[in-house]
Amino acid sequence: MNKLMLGNAAFARGLYEAGCTFVSSYPGTPSTEVTEEAAKYDEMYAEWAPNEKVAMEAALGASIAGARSFCGMKHVGLNVAADPLYTAGYTGVNAGMVICVADDPGMHSSQNEQDSRHHAIASKVCMVEPSDSQECKEFTKAAFELSEQFDTPVIVRMTTRVAHSQSLVELSDRADNGLKEYKKDIGKFVMMPGNAIKRHPIVEDKLARLAEYSETSPLNRVEYNDTKIGVITSGICYQYAKEALGDKASYLKLGIVVPMPTKIIKDFASKVDKLYVIEELDPIIENHCKALGIEVIGKELFGMCGEIFQSGVREKILGEKAEVMTFDEPVPPRPPAMCAGCPHRGLFYCLSKLGVYVSGDIGCYTLGAAAPLCAMDTTICMGASISALHGYNKVRGSESEKKSVAVIGDSTFMHSGMTGLVNVAYNASNTVTIILDNSITGMTGHQQNPTTGKNLKGDPAAAVNLEELCHAIGIKSVRVADPYNMAETEKIIKEELEKDGPSVVISRRPCALLKYVKHNPPLKCNKEKCVGCKQCLKIGCPAISIHNKKMEIDHTLCVGCGICKEMCKLGAIGE
Amino acid sequence: METKSIMIVGVGGQGSLLASRIIGNVLQSQGFDVKLSEVHGMSQRGGSVVTYVKYGDKVYSPVVQKGEADIIISFEQLEAARYVEFLKKGGHIVTSTQSIDPMPVITGAAVYPEDIIGKLTAKGIDVTAVDALTLAEQAGTAKASNVVLMGVVSKKMDFNESVWQSALEACVPAKFLELNKKAFALGAQAAV
Repeated sequence: MNKLMLGNAAFARGLYEAGCTFVSSYPGTPSTEVTEEAAKYDEMYAEWAPNEKVAMEAALGASIAGARSFCGMKHVGLNVAADPLYTAGYTGVNAGMVICVADDPGMHSSQNEQDSRHHAIASKVCMVEPSDSQECKEFTKAAFELSEQFDTPVIVRMTTRVAHSQSLVELSDRADNGLKEYKKDIGKFVMMPGNAIKRHPIVEDKLARLAEYSETSPLNRVEYNDTKIGVITSGICYQYAKEALGDKASYLKLGIVVPMPTKIIKDFASKVDKLYVIEELDPIIENHCKALGIEVIGKELFGMCGEIFQSGVREKILGEKAEVMTFDEPVPPRPPAMCAGCPHRGLFYCLSKLGVYVSGDIGCYTLGAAAPLCAMDTTICMGASISALHGYNKVRGSESEKKSVAVIGDSTFMHSGMTGLVNVAYNASNTVTIILDNSITGMTGHQQNPTTGKNLKGDPAAAVNLEELCHAIGIKSVRVADPYNMAETEKIIKEELEKDGPSVVISRRPCALLKYVKHNPPLKCNKEKCVGCKQCLKIGCPAISIHNKKMEIDHTLCVGCGICKEMCKLGAIGE
Repeated sequence: METKSIMIVGVGGQGSLLASRIIGNVLQSQGFDVKLSEVHGMSQRGGSVVTYVKYGDKVYSPVVQKGEADIIISFEQLEAARYVEFLKKGGHIVTSTQSIDPMPVITGAAVYPEDIIGKLTAKGIDVTAVDALTLAEQAGTAKASNVVLMGVVSKKMDFNESVWQSALEACVPAKFLELNKKAFALGAQAAV
């Protein structure tokens, strides 16, 4: 039976069919649905871990215990998990271990555009790259086989367009592998110097054998058509090249991207007149070819940044450009904005009003940086808000401490914010940390986390008590504010800024999109009272606009949060 | 058959994912190779969102590029204007007349263009504009405007009504099925 499946769902199906029984991940666009879909199969245990490092260690532990295991993350998540990854390359596995890393060329939902193939090369593990949903499933199954055959974790590299595209998939049955025997092997699994020294040559040998295997692996494929143009490519770029060039070119499609073959590349290069490498982001395949002394055209044509698409291939190789119609006047951009009723809005309005330095973090609340709130100074990576503000305050002293805050979501705080808060308490900076507790991991589409009291399957779970945790870390002043009450929230923040000693404010209100959150009836503007002063526009609510010099509330968007009512001094907004 | 391309454009949260799944179901049931491409994450937060649907004997790239779309389905007028560059010559636009001010218009940094539908029609484009929001509210909820537009689109594509009905049954939860069937019917009527 053929089924239309999201790349990520097909990946999960691959886990199921391969007999995987353990899944531990941290959500991150565009990787999240692999784990969400995996959780729908009762045969596999699946969980959200607090961060990617924990997830990978848990998956490695399950592999050592003899179960086929998996962990999934986005590209920047692999940085967090790099520590276990690089040593897992040395220990190898017991049962197969597969890692999903989803890169985001074009940065649809990411803070950078890093190419995860570098991590596979540097950690000396194998990496495969599918190009559609069917391959997501097949490559995942093949990855488990490779993992066991070559005693190594195997990374399946996804990119946004593969992860978030649906295409047809042929389903198969699940193979039940059971638990492999665990045998104590100190030399293999205890990575202290004396053992690791002996493992390193084994790792190098493993890579050499993998490279040899890749020469004949069915995952690498040659398609000969017209040989005037030759294309070496992998992943989604294969689809772009096929659509643009069709039979006008011959293709070497690499399914195993780390380590790469040499003989088939040399052979392919010798049979085509002009050779192109089509790959997004960094010149990994290109540099490999050049190191082999093969002349290729790659980044000089396609560049390092963003996505290539079929149009890019057509334009750069064939010189063809599509005819386009245009709209003859400027079309205003529509950047993402905080949702109507978002609890972060009230908090960020307070911060914008107070004019403080805001050390930001990763999540929906990064949108606090957008106009009209503009209440953010930095956003770097998961957890950096607190630690970076600590450094900022240490060098700028007490003046800065009274005029700065860190903002971090509940999930991000659990991920890697708490260690920053430990540093604030331990090394004593008078830093004010605001935890935006909306009781969910919002940005990635509502995943549970250790503070929500539910696990991945939605079953009741232990909930971290943020107040008690902050106290235990050594923060004496921990207060809770309701961001729908802006006056109270502002007062609390002001008081905490004035205090000596580090403090935490928990801005607590569940995400307005959560199903259990009851909405109030939409608010209306009394046109007789409204003078068109635009004070209500300062909160940047997408439901509010001005038409004919009067405020209007879009009743399809408004959830009656009442923030605009607090803004209106004329009492023009009501039910 | 040569690959055909459809784009579904709108504002994050308007339900373009369901729309693409309904069309995907219709196309798959007709034996086509199908690819859909969606955007998740940051762009969903009230930003401009695009979903691609491609079908034919064999589909390679899941995305649609400038000058390639046979049909653009727009949930909001401004988004129709934004993506007109993607329309193929001779292509159709199906749009809701709904307008939602983007943040730069709300803050006064930009102006929402007037008479977008008139200006698109003046370019010689076949535009079908429907007040999908009002029709959806007639069916029972503003949220069904995506399905109203599916009703409109069904009249622009050569597939039997029954095929669309079974796609609705496959994609919409049972308790909302009647409501959505009504929304679909209102859309189909409005297209004629």
